[in-house]
Amino acid sequence: MSRPPEPPVFAAPWEAQTFALVVSLHDAGLFTWSEWAAALGRSGHRTTDYALWLETIEALIAERGLTSEAALDERRAAFARAAAATPHGQPILLENDPGA
Amino acid sequence: MAQDHDHHHHAHPGDDHAHDHPHGSELSPMELRVRALESILVEKGYIDPAALDTLIETYETKVGPHNGARVVARAWVDPAFKARLLADGSAAMRELEVGGRGGEHMVVVENTPEEHNLVVCTLCSCYPWPVLGLPPVWYKAPPYRSRAVIDPRGVLAEFGTVLPAETRIRVWDSTAELRYMVLPMRPPGTDHLDEAALADLVTRDSMIGTGLPSSPDQGARA
Repeated sequence: MSRPPEPPVFAAPWEAQTFALVVSLHDAGLFTWSEWAAALGRSGHRTTDYALWLETIEALIAERGLTSEAALDERRAAFARAAAATPHGQPILLENDPGA
Repeated sequence: MAQDHDHHHHAHPGDDHAHDHPHGSELSPMELRVRALESILVEKGYIDPAALDTLIETYETKVGPHNGARVVARAWVDPAFKARLLADGSAAMRELEVGGRGGEHMVVVENTPEEHNLVVCTLCSCYPWPVLGLPPVWYKAPPYRSRAVIDPRGVLAEFGTVLPAETRIRVWDSTAELRYMVLPMRPPGTDHLDEAALADLVTRDSMIGTGLPSSPDQGARA
Protein backbone atom coordinates (compact mmCIF):
# COMPACT_ATOMS: atom_id res chain seq x y z
CA MET A 1 0.00 0.00 0.00
CA SER A 2 1.61 3.25 -1.06
CA ARG A 3 -0.97 5.58 0.42
CA PRO A 4 -2.75 5.66 3.75
CA PRO A 5 -6.19 4.07 3.58
CA GLU A 6 -8.35 7.16 4.10
CA PRO A 7 -9.02 9.54 1.22
CA PRO A 8 -7.59 12.88 2.27
CA VAL A 9 -10.15 15.60 2.78
CA PHE A 10 -8.75 18.60 4.52
CA ALA A 11 -10.57 21.24 6.45
CA ALA A 12 -7.52 23.47 6.90
CA PRO A 13 -4.04 23.91 5.46
CA TRP A 14 -2.33 22.52 8.57
CA GLU A 15 -4.25 19.29 8.07
CA ALA A 16 -2.81 18.91 4.58
CA GLN A 17 0.67 19.69 5.93
CA THR A 18 0.23 17.06 8.61
CA PHE A 19 -0.93 14.53 6.05
CA ALA A 20 2.01 15.34 3.76
CA LEU A 21 4.47 15.02 6.65
CA VAL A 22 3.14 11.59 7.56
CA VAL A 23 3.24 10.39 3.94
CA SER A 24 6.80 11.76 3.51
CA LEU A 25 8.03 10.02 6.64
CA HIS A 26 6.41 6.82 5.45
CA ASP A 27 8.11 7.23 2.08
CA ALA A 28 11.40 7.80 3.91
CA GLY A 29 10.92 4.36 5.42
CA LEU A 30 10.26 5.39 9.00
CA PHE A 31 7.20 3.21 9.34
CA THR A 32 4.85 1.03 7.33
CA TRP A 33 1.17 1.87 6.94
CA SER A 34 0.23 -1.00 9.23
CA GLU A 35 2.55 0.41 11.88
CA TRP A 36 0.94 3.80 11.34
CA ALA A 37 -2.56 2.39 11.69
CA ALA A 38 -1.51 0.64 14.88
CA ALA A 39 0.01 3.84 16.25
CA LEU A 40 -3.20 5.75 15.47
CA GLY A 41 -5.23 2.98 17.05
CA ARG A 42 -3.40 3.48 20.30
CA SER A 43 -5.05 6.78 20.95
CA GLY A 44 -8.27 6.57 18.98
CA HIS A 45 -9.88 5.27 15.84
CA ARG A 46 -10.94 8.27 13.79
CA THR A 47 -8.35 8.09 11.04
CA THR A 48 -9.19 11.38 9.33
CA ASP A 49 -8.90 13.30 12.56
CA TYR A 50 -5.76 15.22 11.67
CA ALA A 51 -5.29 16.54 15.21
CA LEU A 52 -4.89 12.89 16.14
CA TRP A 53 -2.54 12.36 13.19
CA LEU A 54 -0.38 15.21 14.42
CA GLU A 55 -0.35 13.95 17.98
CA THR A 56 0.48 10.46 16.77
CA ILE A 57 3.31 11.49 14.46
CA GLU A 58 4.81 13.68 17.20
CA ALA A 59 4.72 10.75 19.61
CA LEU A 60 6.04 8.32 17.02
CA ILE A 61 9.10 10.35 16.10
CA ALA A 62 9.85 11.08 19.77
CA GLU A 63 9.62 7.35 20.42
CA ARG A 64 12.11 6.68 17.62
CA GLY A 65 14.46 9.25 19.12
CA LEU A 66 14.26 11.64 16.14
CA THR A 67 13.35 14.52 18.39
CA SER A 68 11.94 15.20 21.83
CA GLU A 69 8.83 16.89 23.15
CA ALA A 70 11.10 19.58 24.64
CA ALA A 71 12.74 20.27 21.27
CA LEU A 72 9.31 20.51 19.62
CA ASP A 73 8.08 22.88 22.32
CA GLU A 74 11.08 25.10 21.91
CA ARG A 75 10.64 25.20 18.14
CA ARG A 76 6.92 26.05 18.44
CA ALA A 77 7.80 28.98 20.68
CA ALA A 78 10.45 30.11 18.19
CA PHE A 79 7.88 30.09 15.36
CA ALA A 80 5.41 32.01 17.50
CA ARG A 81 8.05 34.68 18.14
CA ALA A 82 9.05 34.69 14.47
CA ALA A 83 5.40 35.14 13.41
CA ALA A 84 4.92 38.05 15.80
CA ALA A 85 8.06 39.68 14.41
CA THR A 86 7.05 39.16 10.76
CA PRO A 87 5.19 41.95 9.01
CA HIS A 88 1.83 40.74 7.78
CA GLY A 89 2.08 39.40 4.26
CA GLN A 90 5.71 38.34 4.52
CA PRO A 91 6.78 34.71 4.75
CA ILE A 92 7.10 33.57 8.36
CA LEU A 93 10.62 32.22 8.64
CA LEU A 94 12.45 30.87 11.63
CA GLU A 95 15.30 33.29 10.92
CA ASN A 96 12.92 36.07 11.92
CA ASP A 97 12.75 34.81 15.50
CA PRO A 98 14.13 37.73 17.52
CA GLY A 99 14.91 35.34 20.37
CA ALA A 100 17.13 33.13 18.23
CA MET B 1 -7.05 50.12 -2.07
CA ALA B 2 -6.28 48.74 -5.46
CA GLN B 3 -2.60 48.89 -6.21
CA ASP B 4 -2.01 49.85 -2.62
CA HIS B 5 0.62 47.48 -1.43
CA ASP B 6 1.65 48.94 1.83
CA HIS B 7 0.74 46.28 4.34
CA HIS B 8 1.02 48.48 7.34
CA HIS B 9 -1.38 51.29 6.82
CA HIS B 10 -4.43 50.13 4.94
CA ALA B 11 -7.29 52.45 5.64
CA HIS B 12 -10.58 50.61 5.45
CA PRO B 13 -13.99 51.96 6.19
CA GLY B 14 -14.85 50.88 9.69
CA ASP B 15 -11.29 49.92 10.46
CA ASP B 16 -10.93 49.70 14.18
CA HIS B 17 -7.34 50.22 15.05
CA ALA B 18 -7.81 48.63 18.42
CA HIS B 19 -8.02 45.35 16.48
CA ASP B 20 -5.38 46.12 13.93
CA HIS B 21 -2.23 44.03 13.80
CA PRO B 22 0.08 46.42 12.04
CA HIS B 23 3.35 44.74 12.90
CA GLY B 24 3.03 41.03 13.12
CA SER B 25 1.57 37.83 11.80
CA GLU B 26 -0.07 35.04 13.71
CA LEU B 27 -0.03 31.28 13.52
CA SER B 28 -2.66 29.13 15.17
CA PRO B 29 -1.53 26.56 17.77
CA MET B 30 -1.96 23.76 15.21
CA GLU B 31 0.00 25.68 12.59
CA LEU B 32 2.79 26.21 15.13
CA ARG B 33 2.92 22.50 15.88
CA VAL B 34 3.06 21.49 12.22
CA ARG B 35 5.69 24.09 11.37
CA ALA B 36 7.84 23.09 14.36
CA LEU B 37 7.63 19.43 13.42
CA GLU B 38 8.34 20.05 9.75
CA SER B 39 11.32 22.32 10.38
CA ILE B 40 12.95 19.85 12.78
CA LEU B 41 12.45 16.96 10.37
CA VAL B 42 13.81 19.00 7.46
CA GLU B 43 16.84 20.01 9.53
CA LYS B 44 17.56 16.41 10.38
CA GLY B 45 17.22 15.45 6.74
CA TYR B 46 14.25 13.12 7.14
CA ILE B 47 12.09 15.03 4.73
CA ASP B 48 12.62 17.21 1.72
CA PRO B 49 10.50 20.40 1.72
CA ALA B 50 10.14 20.25 -2.07
CA ALA B 51 8.69 16.74 -1.82
CA LEU B 52 6.24 17.98 0.81
CA ASP B 53 5.05 20.76 -1.49
CA THR B 54 4.60 18.28 -4.31
CA LEU B 55 2.46 16.09 -2.09
CA ILE B 56 0.34 18.99 -0.92
CA GLU B 57 -0.10 20.13 -4.50
CA THR B 58 -1.43 16.69 -5.37
CA TYR B 59 -4.13 16.98 -2.76
CA GLU B 60 -4.85 20.67 -2.65
CA THR B 61 -7.83 20.46 -4.98
CA LYS B 62 -9.37 17.77 -2.83
CA VAL B 63 -10.12 20.03 0.06
CA GLY B 64 -13.66 19.36 1.13
CA PRO B 65 -16.33 21.17 -0.79
CA HIS B 66 -15.33 24.45 -2.27
CA ASN B 67 -17.82 26.47 -0.35
CA GLY B 68 -16.98 29.56 -2.32
CA ALA B 69 -18.32 27.90 -5.47
CA ARG B 70 -21.78 27.62 -3.92
CA VAL B 71 -21.64 31.27 -3.00
CA VAL B 72 -20.68 32.30 -6.52
CA ALA B 73 -23.37 30.13 -8.14
CA ARG B 74 -26.04 31.61 -5.86
CA ALA B 75 -24.90 35.12 -6.74
CA TRP B 76 -25.20 34.27 -10.43
CA VAL B 77 -28.80 33.10 -10.14
CA ASP B 78 -30.09 35.44 -7.43
CA PRO B 79 -29.50 39.18 -7.97
CA ALA B 80 -30.77 40.06 -4.50
CA PHE B 81 -28.29 37.66 -2.91
CA LYS B 82 -25.55 39.08 -5.09
CA ALA B 83 -26.33 42.59 -3.87
CA ARG B 84 -26.18 41.41 -0.26
CA LEU B 85 -22.94 39.54 -0.96
CA LEU B 86 -21.21 42.58 -2.38
CA ALA B 87 -22.50 44.75 0.46
CA ASP B 88 -21.46 42.40 3.27
CA GLY B 89 -19.68 39.22 2.20
CA SER B 90 -19.58 37.52 5.59
CA ALA B 91 -23.25 38.08 6.35
CA ALA B 92 -24.40 36.85 2.94
CA MET B 93 -22.17 33.77 3.17
CA ARG B 94 -23.64 32.93 6.56
CA GLU B 95 -27.02 32.60 4.80
CA LEU B 96 -25.47 29.61 3.00
CA GLU B 97 -23.72 28.46 6.16
CA VAL B 98 -20.36 29.28 4.66
CA GLY B 99 -17.79 30.97 6.76
CA GLY B 100 -14.79 30.68 8.95
CA ARG B 101 -13.69 31.27 12.43
CA GLY B 102 -14.85 34.49 14.02
CA GLY B 103 -13.29 37.83 13.47
CA GLU B 104 -12.40 37.79 9.83
CA HIS B 105 -14.41 39.75 7.38
CA MET B 106 -14.90 38.55 3.82
CA VAL B 107 -15.02 41.14 1.10
CA VAL B 108 -16.31 40.00 -2.27
CA VAL B 109 -15.02 41.87 -5.30
CA GLU B 110 -16.91 41.54 -8.57
CA ASN B 111 -15.33 40.96 -11.95
CA THR B 112 -16.88 42.92 -14.80
CA PRO B 113 -15.92 43.38 -18.44
CA GLU B 114 -14.18 46.59 -17.33
CA GLU B 115 -12.42 45.26 -14.27
CA HIS B 116 -10.76 42.00 -13.22
CA ASN B 117 -9.77 41.34 -9.61
CA LEU B 118 -6.77 39.42 -8.38
CA VAL B 119 -6.14 38.49 -4.75
CA VAL B 120 -2.65 38.08 -3.32
CA CYS B 121 -1.22 37.00 0.02
CA THR B 122 -1.73 33.60 1.59
CA LEU B 123 1.45 33.70 3.55
CA CYS B 124 -0.03 33.38 6.99
CA SER B 125 -3.44 32.64 8.42
CA CYS B 126 -5.15 35.27 6.31
CA TYR B 127 -6.18 32.99 3.44
CA PRO B 128 -9.92 32.32 3.64
CA TRP B 129 -9.64 28.53 3.43
CA PRO B 130 -13.08 27.87 4.88
CA VAL B 131 -14.41 29.48 1.71
CA LEU B 132 -11.76 28.71 -0.87
CA GLY B 133 -10.21 25.49 0.34
CA LEU B 134 -6.45 25.00 0.61
CA PRO B 135 -4.22 27.69 -0.77
CA PRO B 136 -2.28 26.45 -3.77
CA VAL B 137 1.43 26.05 -3.11
CA TRP B 138 2.37 28.56 -5.81
CA TYR B 139 0.18 31.17 -4.20
CA LYS B 140 2.26 31.11 -1.03
CA ALA B 141 5.50 31.63 -2.85
CA PRO B 142 7.03 35.09 -2.44
CA PRO B 143 7.67 35.38 -6.22
CA TYR B 144 3.96 35.10 -6.99
CA ARG B 145 3.04 37.76 -4.51
CA SER B 146 5.61 40.32 -5.55
CA ARG B 147 5.11 39.67 -9.26
CA ALA B 148 1.33 39.82 -9.00
CA VAL B 149 1.76 43.30 -7.62
CA ILE B 150 4.27 44.48 -10.21
CA ASP B 151 2.94 42.72 -13.30
CA PRO B 152 -0.52 41.26 -12.71
CA ARG B 153 -1.23 40.89 -16.43
CA GLY B 154 1.96 38.89 -16.92
CA VAL B 155 1.15 36.61 -13.99
CA LEU B 156 -2.37 36.04 -15.31
CA ALA B 157 -0.99 35.19 -18.73
CA GLU B 158 1.19 32.51 -17.14
CA PHE B 159 -1.96 30.96 -15.75
CA GLY B 160 -3.41 31.01 -19.26
CA THR B 161 -5.75 33.82 -18.35
CA VAL B 162 -5.64 36.46 -21.02
CA LEU B 163 -7.93 39.42 -20.57
CA PRO B 164 -8.94 42.06 -23.07
CA ALA B 165 -6.45 44.91 -23.06
CA GLU B 166 -9.15 47.35 -21.95
CA THR B 167 -9.96 45.35 -18.80
CA ARG B 168 -8.34 46.93 -15.76
CA ILE B 169 -6.76 44.63 -13.20
CA ARG B 170 -7.09 45.43 -9.52
CA VAL B 171 -4.85 43.70 -7.02
CA TRP B 172 -6.19 43.08 -3.51
CA ASP B 173 -3.99 42.32 -0.56
CA SER B 174 -5.59 40.88 2.53
CA THR B 175 -5.06 42.31 5.96
CA ALA B 176 -5.43 40.71 9.36
CA GLU B 177 -9.18 41.32 9.34
CA LEU B 178 -10.12 41.52 5.68
CA ARG B 179 -9.98 38.62 3.30
CA TYR B 180 -10.99 38.83 -0.30
CA MET B 181 -12.84 36.58 -2.68
CA VAL B 182 -13.40 37.29 -6.35
CA LEU B 183 -16.89 36.96 -7.80
CA PRO B 184 -16.11 35.84 -11.36
CA MET B 185 -18.38 36.62 -14.29
CA ARG B 186 -20.91 33.96 -15.23
CA PRO B 187 -19.65 32.21 -18.36
CA PRO B 188 -21.72 32.64 -21.53
CA GLY B 189 -23.88 29.73 -22.63
CA THR B 190 -24.91 28.75 -19.11
CA ASP B 191 -28.52 29.94 -19.11
CA HIS B 192 -29.83 26.39 -19.03
CA LEU B 193 -27.76 25.34 -16.00
CA ASP B 194 -29.11 25.11 -12.48
CA GLU B 195 -27.29 26.37 -9.42
CA ALA B 196 -25.51 23.09 -8.65
CA ALA B 197 -24.28 22.73 -12.23
CA LEU B 198 -23.09 26.34 -12.15
CA ALA B 199 -21.18 25.71 -8.92
CA ASP B 200 -19.28 22.94 -10.69
CA LEU B 201 -17.90 25.52 -13.11
CA VAL B 202 -16.48 27.70 -10.36
CA THR B 203 -12.82 26.86 -9.90
CA ARG B 204 -10.75 27.85 -6.93
CA ASP B 205 -8.50 29.89 -9.18
CA SER B 206 -11.47 31.84 -10.53
CA MET B 207 -12.23 32.95 -6.97
CA ILE B 208 -8.62 34.04 -6.46
CA GLY B 209 -8.64 35.78 -9.81
CA THR B 210 -5.83 33.87 -11.46
CA GLY B 211 -8.32 31.95 -13.57
CA LEU B 212 -11.81 32.12 -15.02
CA PRO B 213 -14.70 29.72 -14.44
CA SER B 214 -14.78 26.65 -16.67
CA SER B 215 -17.05 26.86 -19.65
CA PRO B 216 -19.95 24.39 -19.70
CA ASP B 217 -18.51 22.35 -22.57
CA GLN B 218 -15.22 21.92 -20.70
CA GLY B 219 -17.16 20.58 -17.76
CA ALA B 220 -15.86 20.93 -14.27
CA ARG B 221 -12.15 21.35 -13.97
CA ALA B 222 -10.29 20.04 -10.96
